[in-house]
Amino acid sequence: MNIIRPIAAPGRPATATLGLVDCDIHPRCADLGEYRPFMTDAMWHRLTTYGIHARHGFHKGYPFPKAAPLASRRDAWGPQGQPPASDLGFVQKQFLDHYGLDIGVLNPLQPSGQGDVNDDLSGALAHAVNEWQLAHWVDHDARLRASIVVPYEDAAASAAEIRSRAGDGRFCQVLLMSRTSEPLGRKRYWPIYEAAAEVGLPIGIHAFGFSGNAMTNGGWPSFYVEEVQEHATSAQAQVASFVVEGVFERFPSLKIVMIECGFGWMPSLGWRLDNNWKRLRDEVPHLKRAPSEYMREHVYVSTQPIEEPAKGEHLLDAMEWIGWDRILYASDYPHWDFDDPRIAIPSFIPAEKRAAIFGGNARNFYRL
Amino acid sequence: MVRHIVAAVDEIPPGGRKLVEADGKKIVVFNLGGEFFALLDRCPHQGSALSGGILCGLTLSDEPGRYHFSRAGEMLRCPWHNWEFDIRTGKSWFDPRRTKVRAFPAHVEAGQALIEGPYQAETFPVKVEADYVVVEV
Repeated sequence: MNIIRPIAAPGRPATATLGLVDCDIHPRCADLGEYRPFMTDAMWHRLTTYGIHARHGFHKGYPFPKAAPLASRRDAWGPQGQPPASDLGFVQKQFLDHYGLDIGVLNPLQPSGQGDVNDDLSGALAHAVNEWQLAHWVDHDARLRASIVVPYEDAAASAAEIRSRAGDGRFCQVLLMSRTSEPLGRKRYWPIYEAAAEVGLPIGIHAFGFSGNAMTNGGWPSFYVEEVQEHATSAQAQVASFVVEGVFERFPSLKIVMIECGFGWMPSLGWRLDNNWKRLRDEVPHLKRAPSEYMREHVYVSTQPIEEPAKGEHLLDAMEWIGWDRILYASDYPHWDFDDPRIAIPSFIPAEKRAAIFGGNARNFYRL
Repeated sequence: MVRHIVAAVDEIPPGGRKLVEADGKKIVVFNLGGEFFALLDRCPHQGSALSGGILCGLTLSDEPGRYHFSRAGEMLRCPWHNWEFDIRTGKSWFDPRRTKVRAFPAHVEAGQALIEGPYQAETFPVKVEADYVVVEV
């Protein structure tokens, strides 16, 4: 007899005994006008007259097509054709209620102002997006938390935006992208980390963004499939930069989570850094410990899109190295590479570890 | 196998589809130029409803830079992760032996035969003069 699991039915993972927390949900404005109440007349004029220009050369739109309209699940458009994750009621029905989520972290992507070539517009949009997250989402659903979107290429403005949210429990992290104009460990970005440490929030680094450089170390790739696998390499460059530049020495309470970057690369990065540190330690004397020790104290990862090796033990080995307390469940709703919590976290992971991934780790990381 | 009458032929035009329920299973029925195919409405990967996916063709290549597009409308792509399934067989393109959607035999029968023959119309109103899609579950 062929048993058909009723997966289309609502429900949460049975092993989510410490709660179900999703650290990667992407709300989208249905229309830029939703930001208008939170922008000055001057910045609204700039936005509507000159527009958004990613640090990405003279083109509009995505660097690569996204395999599905707005990179989204084809069933994520609202009943009246609303763009994916732009309507709270539909998001509640299709996602929050459907899976019984306890807490969901909002990570607004484009249009968010991040990576814009114009610092003032970048800062104005980031501020507006933060207000918009509260007004359109968090204040209407207590399960949701906002991210502080910052214009990270302008560290001073970013730090001011972070400090203006100090003590506001509706925000649970500072959001950066993985493609930045310089490696994120460099001192020009340190005011962001100083402010984050001061207000007691971790840093979330989400895949994508616009660096102005080719997205792979070898130049511009030809295919989208190359772009999506490239996150593993740009994430490594960012983690290495955080560690080697001494960010975690300077800000010992700072924690970062790499979102949508995969994590199979973490052990290899740690091994290589440690190996080279033993040989070149006096080049970076500000590091007091092996690089992997900083990684395993300060760097967290999220699951989606989780690696799916043919042999489950390979996944377990990578997770073991990273640390079972530093892996956070993420869905990436509403995007096309969404991970269903009941299926994506495989059952060969011991139940108590799955419980930590579903909720316990995120509660500790975000202090929820 | 029980034969279920799931639709009048006119309900599913060529290129169209209908989501039906038979024997407690959600099944999506496709009309491919007059031939009918039925697949379980559940992706074997993460369980999304395949009936929300798009139909596309099969793009093949015998060497980099040479592309051949064929079988327009015969490949179903999952609405989430874009996995490709052959709607004639339910087999995935990347691993047809092990990764497949359960396929059910489907065919067209005349209303006259359905009323007179051994099949029961169950809850579906059947007219003698019309043709119907029958799925075996």
